[in-house]
Amino acid sequence: MRLSQAWIVASKDFAMFRKKRNIVYSIVILPLMLTGLLSGVVWYIQHKGSGPVSPAELAVLLPAFTFFYLIMAGLIPSTIASYSIVGEKVEKSMEPLLATPTTDGEILLGKGLAAFVPAIVAVLGSSALFMGLCDVSSVGTLGYYFFPNWSAAVVLFLMVPIGVVVSVEWNILVSSRVSDVRIAQQIGGLMLLPYGGIYVGGELGLIPLGNINDLLTITAVLGFICLLMLYAVQATFQREAILTRWK
Amino acid sequence: MIETENLTKKFGGLTAVDGVSFGVSEGEVFGFLGPNGAGKTTTVRMLCCLISKTSGVARVGGLDVGNDGDSLKIRKMIGVVPDNVGLYEALSAYKNLDIYGRLYGCPEARRKENIQRLLTMLELWDKREVSAGTFSKGMKQKLAIARALVHDPLVIFMDEPTANLDPEASKTVREFILELKKEKRTIFLNTHNLDEAQRICDRIAILNTRLVATGTPEDLERMVGSRKVVVKVERVSDIMLDAVQKKFREAKISVDGEQFSVELPDAEMRTPDIVQVVVQAGGRVHFAGVVGSTLEDTYLKLVRQEQ
Repeated sequence: MRLSQAWIVASKDFAMFRKKRNIVYSIVILPLMLTGLLSGVVWYIQHKGSGPVSPAELAVLLPAFTFFYLIMAGLIPSTIASYSIVGEKVEKSMEPLLATPTTDGEILLGKGLAAFVPAIVAVLGSSALFMGLCDVSSVGTLGYYFFPNWSAAVVLFLMVPIGVVVSVEWNILVSSRVSDVRIAQQIGGLMLLPYGGIYVGGELGLIPLGNINDLLTITAVLGFICLLMLYAVQATFQREAILTRWK
Repeated sequence: MIETENLTKKFGGLTAVDGVSFGVSEGEVFGFLGPNGAGKTTTVRMLCCLISKTSGVARVGGLDVGNDGDSLKIRKMIGVVPDNVGLYEALSAYKNLDIYGRLYGCPEARRKENIQRLLTMLELWDKREVSAGTFSKGMKQKLAIARALVHDPLVIFMDEPTANLDPEASKTVREFILELKKEKRTIFLNTHNLDEAQRICDRIAILNTRLVATGTPEDLERMVGSRKVVVKVERVSDIMLDAVQKKFREAKISVDGEQFSVELPDAEMRTPDIVQVVVQAGGRVHFAGVVGSTLEDTYLKLVRQEQ
């Protein structure tokens, strides 16, 4: 496996993404909107709500909000990965790419990097902004800076990256079955449902999210799913299958 | 440079390519003719190590097709122009070539030099910063050919390079292929354009799942019938016909109005002698020329026989 070959494939996709407005929006606008919305809620409930929020309530709300970035991790790669692969199918540019002295694994890694890097930068960048804004607006109520903390670190540095990888894998599998970018994005975007389910399950008390151990357990489950899907993706992303069996 | 022996590809129960054997020498332009679904693209894909072979042997540049270790080496030494150009339409012409140059491991200096040379030769240098998506079909095809050549491949596979092009663009592409021939590159040309095959190719193979015939365009033309010398005279006379028959005993003569045809081997070589006999017999010759079966006749006859 030559990383340099994979990086050429990824850098080609980056150059393509810069020309696609909907991809730029999904990478930049969507995370900024979420960050503005969540930070606004945190500020509003402290300053304009029906009554002042207690430090204990705020300390429950803030970590719950970090899960929205896991949901984002499921959503953003769907736009990028679906374009990266279905876009190649639509433009019929996969065959010349497969004819180069690049292995299936290198192309797959390149496609994965092309979807992973912008998504992770967007999610981590916007979450850093969210944490900064929340710290500024909540330090008066809490008396200390809530972020960073270990729970947020586990969510953002373990769950989110694995979540992005699972989403990329899911989108590659979806892309092998459809030949329309929008349909791929719609089906690929379904990945936000299980991630949203973790958040809702936590809020309803169905999934324990209260401490680091709970978060690490969920991370381990995600990691296991990630490995299973990697196996499926490798089986799907075969040169001959792409040319003869992919739709 | 390219050799196959009983090369076969099956997709489930369907045999796409059945026991095909041929060889292509270095610097040769080899045409692969056949109807749609004959297995031309499948053969090219096997030779380019894009799909596996079911059985048989194939070698490109002495390397084994189907051997995992050789696949990357084969793909590095070949250039491919697929039937769909498959350009990155959002990217500029230059960027399209640069990406492929990098993927083929072409060093930066050589890459830049090759891109400039190819785009200039194909009259696209002035459009190098323009998105490929805005190009006409002919320009896209030329760019796809340049992409296949950016790393100086020894062997070039072209799948229907002039399909859907207007006559002027087709002519440009054909002329460029002839330029490549002068550079002694081996070219494997998939086409169902008989005229193009005849003009460009040194040798032609006719495929219809199985290999039906192989040879030079002239060999193939002769394959389905001997050539005839047609002589148009002021008036056909028995004396004239007898004289011709006496001189060329093996000839088959048929009369059609004011002209007669003489069917015999080596028709081209014997035309002056026939004219001389006719004149000596008192005939006044208006026209004499060789006609015979064309590549199209051969192609249609062989393909229909197969079907």
